[in-house]
Amino acid sequence: MAEITYRQAVNLALREEMRRDPTVILFGEDVGRYGGAFKVTEGLFEEFGPERVLDAPLAEAGIAGTALGAALTGMRPVAEIMYIDFCTIALDQIVNQAAKIRYMSGGQVSVPLVIRTQSGSGRSSAAQHAQSLEAWLCHAPGLLVIMPSDPASARGLLKSAIRENNPVVFIEHKLLYNMKGDVPDDGEPIPLGKARILREGNDCTVVATSTEVAKAMGAADTLADEGIEVEIIDPMTLVPLDIDTIFSSVRKTGHLVIAHEACERAGFGGEIATRVGELAFDYLDAPIARVATPPVPSPFAPILESAILPNAAQIADAVRRICLRGNVNGRIHTYQAGTGRDH
Amino acid sequence: MTTVESRLPLAGHVSTEQAIGMLRTMALIRAFEDTASRLYKEGRLPGFLHLYIGEEAVAAGACANLRPDDYITSTHRGHGHVIAKGADVKRMMAELFAKKTGYCRGKGGSMHIFDFKLGVLGANGIVGGGIPIATGAGLSIKLRKTDQVAICFFGDGASNQGSFHESLNIAAVFRLPVIYLCENNCYALSTPQRCHQAVPRISDRASAYGMPGMTVDGQDVLAVYEAVKEAVERARSGGGPTLIEATTYRISGHHVGDSAPYRSSEELEYWRRRDPIEAFQQRLISAGIISEGDVKAMRKSIEEEMAAAVRYGEESPSPNIDEAYEDVFLGRNMHGVLI
Repeated sequence: MAEITYRQAVNLALREEMRRDPTVILFGEDVGRYGGAFKVTEGLFEEFGPERVLDAPLAEAGIAGTALGAALTGMRPVAEIMYIDFCTIALDQIVNQAAKIRYMSGGQVSVPLVIRTQSGSGRSSAAQHAQSLEAWLCHAPGLLVIMPSDPASARGLLKSAIRENNPVVFIEHKLLYNMKGDVPDDGEPIPLGKARILREGNDCTVVATSTEVAKAMGAADTLADEGIEVEIIDPMTLVPLDIDTIFSSVRKTGHLVIAHEACERAGFGGEIATRVGELAFDYLDAPIARVATPPVPSPFAPILESAILPNAAQIADAVRRICLRGNVNGRIHTYQAGTGRDH
Repeated sequence: MTTVESRLPLAGHVSTEQAIGMLRTMALIRAFEDTASRLYKEGRLPGFLHLYIGEEAVAAGACANLRPDDYITSTHRGHGHVIAKGADVKRMMAELFAKKTGYCRGKGGSMHIFDFKLGVLGANGIVGGGIPIATGAGLSIKLRKTDQVAICFFGDGASNQGSFHESLNIAAVFRLPVIYLCENNCYALSTPQRCHQAVPRISDRASAYGMPGMTVDGQDVLAVYEAVKEAVERARSGGGPTLIEATTYRISGHHVGDSAPYRSSEELEYWRRRDPIEAFQQRLISAGIISEGDVKAMRKSIEEEMAAAVRYGEESPSPNIDEAYEDVFLGRNMHGVLI
């Protein structure tokens, strides 16, 4: 075990896969000598040279499409789109082309393409550099979508993503890059589509993604002091989604809270909630609650930004609300569907 | 080797075999389009159909320069490019009939014919969508250090897409072996070129990217062949990309069903008189390279090939319903439900 940062973990996965497979190349803005806007690719240009680590012009559709063309013709590219917000510029190549070519061609070809990007609020980046757009990508058949929440998962999942023969969008979070954590020495890839249970508990299941995982862990500590034992699940990959692990947990706890940073409306939490509703309705003791961002753009002012971001206290509140439903201060609690918080 | 040049003034460096091959390719494309159009109007083909009639010299002249391991990307009007690259018209027709034996097993259709064994990286339903993909093939060629090339076909309409600008810039910066072949067929659907771009010559844009650009008569198959030959040689020898504009005309409407009321009968008549197949055929006959009898025999063999293709397409089985769930990544839960 070694303790490294999330940034170093992504870098390590890239380095290990580039050493293992000479067809793996990096293509993106400033990924070369500069080391990437978030310094994730630092040192890779020096090790692998300009033919494996290519600085692209500032052209997101061109980057995604060029990487795709290379993926169709013998390479295994990892393209970097600096912010997930900029994926909107490249969506034709990601959604209409990369995601569809294997299917439209009747299975003639595999598409070993990874698009690395990063998302999320928390640095006063305002509304065009702070979105969480994973649900858009999950909605497109043909794409795999991964959101690692710590260094070990970042490294192991990225290695699997690079070895995958379908197009993958790998979504890092800008606030996690400095997070430290242990990574195993063996460097084994983590299989895609397998959730992990980070904390076991019998009272309420909390499914959290990306930065919300650590917040949920904090909420669980608080709730444990109050006698509520929370089970925390990090799905790690949204497509494929390990709904079975979530389902088994809900069958045990009877309660489910879903926490993600993306906008609540049409967010991925709605997908998880519906799946659980379909599969585990009879096991639910209370409505499912979501903790997410309200449907407003990400504001610039730190005071506004932190006011709309879901935090540990809101996760704890949501858990209390559904677990103590009908028994809050000795009166029937009015559940406000979809708010993810008390009003 | 007998060259056409020696018997046809200004005709280029092609052998008689190559010249006859180009004529046959053009005639085969025309026959395919005529047949598909008839079948479509009879209600026997689902989906859309965009015909390449009138533009055959571009695909035939360009692809005559390619090897089987070279790449092309094509467009929604892609049958001609794919045939010129060597695709099997039986499997193409089966795809138009939405059959299991089609190139894409009935999951792509007219706008999405792929043949990765022949380097056909796809016709494309998104205007301009194939341009970055050809660029990526060029990057891959460069990194793998082979002497392959990629020809990227697109139209005058697509030359206004952002993907055109982004891709040509990338290809120029990395000196990629890609030939960007713009088929200027005078219309982006109904909008005439003069109304959708302020530069009359699309090839003028090449200088903005730092690559050579030229305009060629797209009705003259040998002129196209020559222009593309020079660009292919440059690309194979590491000299980077080229933008070629081939001026041509879409004789049909945008798709079968578009009566094209936005153009005059005089204009249409002008271009009908410049039919690339008739013109080249007459040149070859006048030069004594082929006879009227040869032409008849060629037409007959093409007719038979098309009849066989239609039979194959019609008689082939439809895909099994299960195949809707193949060739795509799928997640399932423990009960096998798709998620």
